[in-house]
Amino acid sequence: MKLLFNIAWTHVSARVRQTLVGMAGVAMGVGFTIMMAGLMQGSQIDFLRQLVDTMPHITVDDERRSVPTQPAEQEYAAVQMADIANVGKRPGIKYPESVMSSLRSWIPGDVAPSVTTSAIIDHGGARIGITLTGIDPRREVQVSKLAAQMREGKLDDLSRAPNGIIVGEALAEKLGVKTGNTVLLVGGQDTRLNSTVAGLFRSGLKRVDESQIYSLAGTAQLMMGQSGVVNQLRLRLNDPMSAQKVAAQVEAQTGYKSVSWQEANADLLSTFTVRDFIVLTVMGAMLLTSSFATYNIISTITHEKRQDIAIMKSLGMREYAVRRIFIIESIIIGVVGILFGWILGYLLCYGWSKITIFNPLTGTTVPLQIYYSAMHYVVAGGISLLCCAGAAYFPARKATRVHPVDIIRGAS
Amino acid sequence: MTEVALQAVELVRRIEGVVSHTLVNGIDLAVNKGEFVAITGPSGSGKSSLLYLLGLLDAPSEGEIMICGQPTSKLSETERADVRLTKCGFVFQFHFLLPEFTSLDNVLLPMRAAGRMTEGEMRERGLALLGSLGLGEHANKRPNQLSGGQRQRVAIARALANRPEIIVADEPTGALDTASTEQVFSILRDIADQGQTVVVVTHDPALAARADRRIHIVDGKIAEITERGGGELVCEMVS
Ligand SMILES: Nc1ncnc2c1ncn2[C@@H]1O[C@H](COP(=O)(O)OP(=O)(O)OP(=O)(O)O)[C@@H](O)[C@H]1O
Ligand SMILES: [Mg+2]
Repeated sequence: MKLLFNIAWTHVSARVRQTLVGMAGVAMGVGFTIMMAGLMQGSQIDFLRQLVDTMPHITVDDERRSVPTQPAEQEYAAVQMADIANVGKRPGIKYPESVMSSLRSWIPGDVAPSVTTSAIIDHGGARIGITLTGIDPRREVQVSKLAAQMREGKLDDLSRAPNGIIVGEALAEKLGVKTGNTVLLVGGQDTRLNSTVAGLFRSGLKRVDESQIYSLAGTAQLMMGQSGVVNQLRLRLNDPMSAQKVAAQVEAQTGYKSVSWQEANADLLSTFTVRDFIVLTVMGAMLLTSSFATYNIISTITHEKRQDIAIMKSLGMREYAVRRIFIIESIIIGVVGILFGWILGYLLCYGWSKITIFNPLTGTTVPLQIYYSAMHYVVAGGISLLCCAGAAYFPARKATRVHPVDIIRGAS
Repeated sequence: MTEVALQAVELVRRIEGVVSHTLVNGIDLAVNKGEFVAITGPSGSGKSSLLYLLGLLDAPSEGEIMICGQPTSKLSETERADVRLTKCGFVFQFHFLLPEFTSLDNVLLPMRAAGRMTEGEMRERGLALLGSLGLGEHANKRPNQLSGGQRQRVAIARALANRPEIIVADEPTGALDTASTEQVFSILRDIADQGQTVVVVTHDPALAARADRRIHIVDGKIAEITERGGGELVCEMVS
């Protein structure tokens, strides 16, 4: 092996310029791939983090996923009931406190009750449909980052102002309201409520900031005309990624529809999958093209060294050993190229992180988020190395297959 | 009782093609251990072709080659390479040294490929071989810093590296001047006298006369064998 390496080394070190070009090709492929991976995953993780920070990880609603079996169905198997409308008021979650304490005993996180309804916010002629979530400010801290997302006022201010509400900054801007202003809330049964803007928040998610408002649970119940009802439990988990699993367990235990944040945002997440696929394809192609220069060099060397190949084979070196010389050469080029590619990739990522850009998802101008992961470096390097080995294999195989006698006859 | 180092049995090498061509046409030959055999013949008679077969560099179309009693016709390409590495040493008209390597590294190449000795032992043997061929001071020179005769001697040292039973040489002196030719030939003669078997193709009748046996080839067949026994030449015609 040492012998093969020595021979390989003499070949590449005798061709400094060509070798450098090959290394530069590999370095650029690896560098740009790392940059792309960092950018893509950075923006994705940034977005997911905002999603996870803003949304409850699991919401438990007072509905069931399928229409519950009717007593008549249970009694008489022959009868099937269909189209049974849930008319009237929201049923609410039964005994919410005992459900919550039983959940608290095993879920890795916390749970808080809330009252969710839809309403129309009316201010100065502008009418906008919104989701009103009634919360308990003391318990809210355990299940959401709302307290930290407050731009003006505090969660506690909800109880100080009459029918206080907390409005997203984006919505406030649309309506032209400020903290302390009074707006009109119009509910389902034409309940009308004058409420005071007690504070502003910004989650960073446009969708939430434009259509979500918070109030005390009592205010929301008033809007629904159902005092004392709790129609949603919101869970926050220590590990947001386990939400899907925990949601299924909660649903099995309580019978209530439990939706993980992943399920709630399935449409968004599926666009990520498509995006990931496209990006991976492009990166793979980039790494493949970056090994073309290496292919070129190895082809040239195998051609120039036909005589040496013949003589090594005639001396009794095995064909695959001779072939390995050229694969080692390409790996030398690859490894050095990859090392430079890593440096280049890091520098490019660093450069991008200094650039601020308008993010339409959050509606803000922030520095580009770069995700630094050793995995990017390992995977880009590994694939690149494979491409280089492959790029060397084919010309090397062709050259080492030649029968030594044919070359020796030709040369003498 | 002499031991047969190399034996060819009804050796045929044919090239199939649009026009088929028979390079070697039924050669029977036994070379004893320590014997020095010269192969002569007109140009295009198949001397090189025969030599490639004897050195296992090429595979016969028919017939068998036995090296130290071992048949070789059933061996795979890799096994033939292994036999070449340890049992046969090649010297060609052109030196075929690796240009990037020094003389010593070139001589070490077959030993390193075989990997049977430690690096220290290999270097010791490599230097000893170069020294015995009068190349002591040239061990660290590259082929392009050596004269033609010196290069050919390095090539001989390389052929001897793994102590092969058989040395085959195809016109090793073809490109050398008289002095260098004389030197290379006496080296080959010494090798045979020390017990290794040497088969040499040459055009030079004077050199062929110094061999133990001269085999004259015409059209891929043995035309004449000349033995040199106890100073007097015994001629024998083979039809
Ligand atoms: N690949 C081939 N295809 C067809 N004919 C070939 C091939 N290789 C060699 N020959 C022919 O085979 C014959 C024997 O060739 P070989 O090289 O063995 O001759 P030689 O005796 O060594 O000649 P020289 O003394 O000139 O070196 C020649 O006529 C040559 O033209
Ligand atoms: Mg010839």
